[in-house]
Amino acid sequence: MSADVQLEQVSIRFGDFVAARDVNIHIQEGEFFSFLGPSGCGKTTLLRAVSGFSEPSEGKVLIGGQDMAGIGPNKRPTALIFQNLALFPLMMVWENIAFALEVKGVNVAERRKKADALLELIALPDQGEKMVSELSGGQKQRVAIARALAAEPDVLLLDEPLSALDLKLRQHMRSELRAIQQRVGITFIYITHDQGEALTMSDHVAVMSQGVIEQVADGNTIYDQPETAFVASFVGENNLFKGKVAEMSGDYAIVDTPSGQMRARRATGKGGTLNTGDEAYVFVRPESLKFVNGSDFDNHIGASIKQQEFEGSFWQVFFDVDGSDRSVKLSTVNDGTTLAHKVGDRVKLGFSADTAIATPVGDLAAE
Amino acid sequence: MVRYWQEFFRKNGPPLAFYLLISVACWMLLMIIMPQLFMLDFSFRTNVPPPLWGTEAHGYTLEHYQYMVFGSAQSTDSYNFVDLSVFGRTILTAIFVTLIDVALCYPVAYYLAHVAHGGWSRLMVMALIIPFWVNELLRAFAFKIMFGSTGVINNFLITVGILDQPFDFIRNGVALYSGLSYAYILLMIFPIYNAVESLDKNQIEAARDLGSPWWRIHWRVVIPHAKPGITSGCTMVFMLTAGALAAPQILGGPSSLWFTQIIYQAFNQAGNWARGSAYGIILLTSSLIFVLCMMRIFKVKLGEIAR
Repeated sequence: MSADVQLEQVSIRFGDFVAARDVNIHIQEGEFFSFLGPSGCGKTTLLRAVSGFSEPSEGKVLIGGQDMAGIGPNKRPTALIFQNLALFPLMMVWENIAFALEVKGVNVAERRKKADALLELIALPDQGEKMVSELSGGQKQRVAIARALAAEPDVLLLDEPLSALDLKLRQHMRSELRAIQQRVGITFIYITHDQGEALTMSDHVAVMSQGVIEQVADGNTIYDQPETAFVASFVGENNLFKGKVAEMSGDYAIVDTPSGQMRARRATGKGGTLNTGDEAYVFVRPESLKFVNGSDFDNHIGASIKQQEFEGSFWQVFFDVDGSDRSVKLSTVNDGTTLAHKVGDRVKLGFSADTAIATPVGDLAAE
Repeated sequence: MVRYWQEFFRKNGPPLAFYLLISVACWMLLMIIMPQLFMLDFSFRTNVPPPLWGTEAHGYTLEHYQYMVFGSAQSTDSYNFVDLSVFGRTILTAIFVTLIDVALCYPVAYYLAHVAHGGWSRLMVMALIIPFWVNELLRAFAFKIMFGSTGVINNFLITVGILDQPFDFIRNGVALYSGLSYAYILLMIFPIYNAVESLDKNQIEAARDLGSPWWRIHWRVVIPHAKPGITSGCTMVFMLTAGALAAPQILGGPSSLWFTQIIYQAFNQAGNWARGSAYGIILLTSSLIFVLCMMRIFKVKLGEIAR
C-alpha cells in the first residue's frame, strides 16, 4: 500500500518563531520526494508534522486523503527514520526489525520469519542475532530502513539518514535507497541539506528557505530553471551579476550590469515577474561560461584570470570581472590538453542567453 | 601495575598523589574495614565484661550464631522463633518497601528526565530535596503524628465519611511502611533519573512511531535502559531499609519489632556486644547475598551500578 501526502496551507509556529509558512504541497503516491534546504529552514519541522510528532499551527496534513489532525504518530501510516537512526541498542538486530510486529501482537515465530525476510531485502542475511553495536555504519542504516519497513507504512519519512556516513558509503546508500524505494513502491519523503542526494534520488524536490517553499519541481528543472534567487544560488554553483532590467523581450530580460548588458531567460513562477526598471540578478552556471575570441555568444564580459585549479576530470578557473567585485568561476572539461591561459591573462568570456537566468532580487543562500 | 602508579604520581604530582592515597586509605581502613573486622571478631567470642577482654575467658565460640537459630539452651522451643521471625519479617518488609519505592520513583524520575522542562523540573527537584533537610527523627515523629488516631489522616477520613472511627495506622504497620518508603526515596529517584536521562529521546519517539503504546515503550525501551539505575536504587533502599533503626523505633507498633532493634537491645540493654555483633554480621551478609542474587537474576553487573 502506498499513499499520497497533502500539505494544505500548513504553518507551524513555535512562539514567535515561524518554522514553516503557508506550505502547499501534494506528494504523489509512490514517489520519492525530497525537501532540500539549509539547516534551520524548517524541513525537519514539516516532516515531524507529517509523522505526527507535532501538529501544524494552521492548515491540514492529509495522508491518503485522510485528515491527520489529532492522530498520534503511533496511529499514522507513516514510519520515520531518524537522523541518528535511533535503533534500540539493547535489542538484537532482528528484534529491532520486528518491533513494529511485536507491537501488533504477532507471535515470535512469525516475527522472526518476517525479520529474516527483511534482512534478506537489505542484504544482511544471518545478521539477526547480532547486537546493533556490532554493525557498521552502513549496516545500521539498512537495519533502520528494515525496521521502518516492517511497520508496513504507506509513507516512509527519512530525516537526513545518510548524514553520518562517510562519502563513499553515502553515495552507495543513495542508489541503495532508490532501489529499495522502487522495490517496495511506497512513498518516500526525504529530508536533506545535500543537493546531490536530493537531485540524484528524487522524483520531485521542494527547495525550502526560512520556512517557505521556494520551488517544487523535478531535479532537472530545479537546476536549469530556478524560480527564485535563493534556488538559483543554493542549488549547484552559480555566478551572480546584479543589475537593472533595461527591457523585457518575451521570455528574455535584458539587464544592465556594471559588467555590461546581459540577455538572460526570465525566471517564471514563484519569484514573481520582472518588469523594466526592476533590480535583477543574472545567474550563469560555471559550466555555461566559455572562453571566446569573437562575438559568437549573446553575452560577453571582460575578465582577468585569478586562479586555476585542476580537479581531474575538469578545470576550474576563477576570474576578476570588470565592474564586479564578485569572483566569477568557469569550469571546463579536461580533454587532455593543457589550458591555453595563465594566471593574470586578460580574457573574454561569453555565455548564451538560454543558459543564463534573470530573477528578481531576493534572499541568497549563504556561501 | 607499577606503571599505573608511576602514571598516577606523574599526573597528580607527588603531594596530591600522596594526599589522595593516604586519605582514601584512611577512610577505607579506619571507617569501613577496621570496625567491621572488630565486629566480626567480637561476634565469634564469648560474652565477657570488658576487664576480661584479651584473657583466656574471651575465647572463640559459635554460640551467638547458634543462639540466633536455636535460641537459648533453657528454651523449650527447638528454634529461636522470635528472632528468626523478626529477621524474616524485616527482610520481607524491606523488599516490600523497595518495590513500593520503585513504583513511586520510576514515574517521577521519568517525568523529571523527559517531560518536565527548565524551571518546573528544578522546582520539583527542590520539592523533593528540601524535606530531607529536616532531621530523620523529626520526620519520623511527624509521620507518627500524622498517622495517629487524632492525626490529619484519620480526621480527614472521618470527616469525609470513609471511616466512622479512627483506624490504627500504627498498629497495622501502615505508618511504618510509609515512613520507611519515604525515608530513602531520594536514593531511588536520583539513580533512576540519571539512567533515564541518558536515554536518547529519539528512541522513545522511534518506538512510538512504530506504533507502540506508552506502556510498551517503557517496558521495552525505557526500563531496560534504566535497569542499572533501578538496580542501584533498589540496592541502596533495600540495604538502608533493612538496617533502619529510627523509623521502626518510632513508627513501629508495639508488636512489630525490627531486626535492628534486637541488635540495638543486645548492645545497649542486654550489654551483650558479642551477640549484637553476630546479629549485625548476619544482617549484613544476608542483605549482601540477597542483593548479589538479585543482580544475578536481573543480569546487572556491579560496574553498571557504579555508573
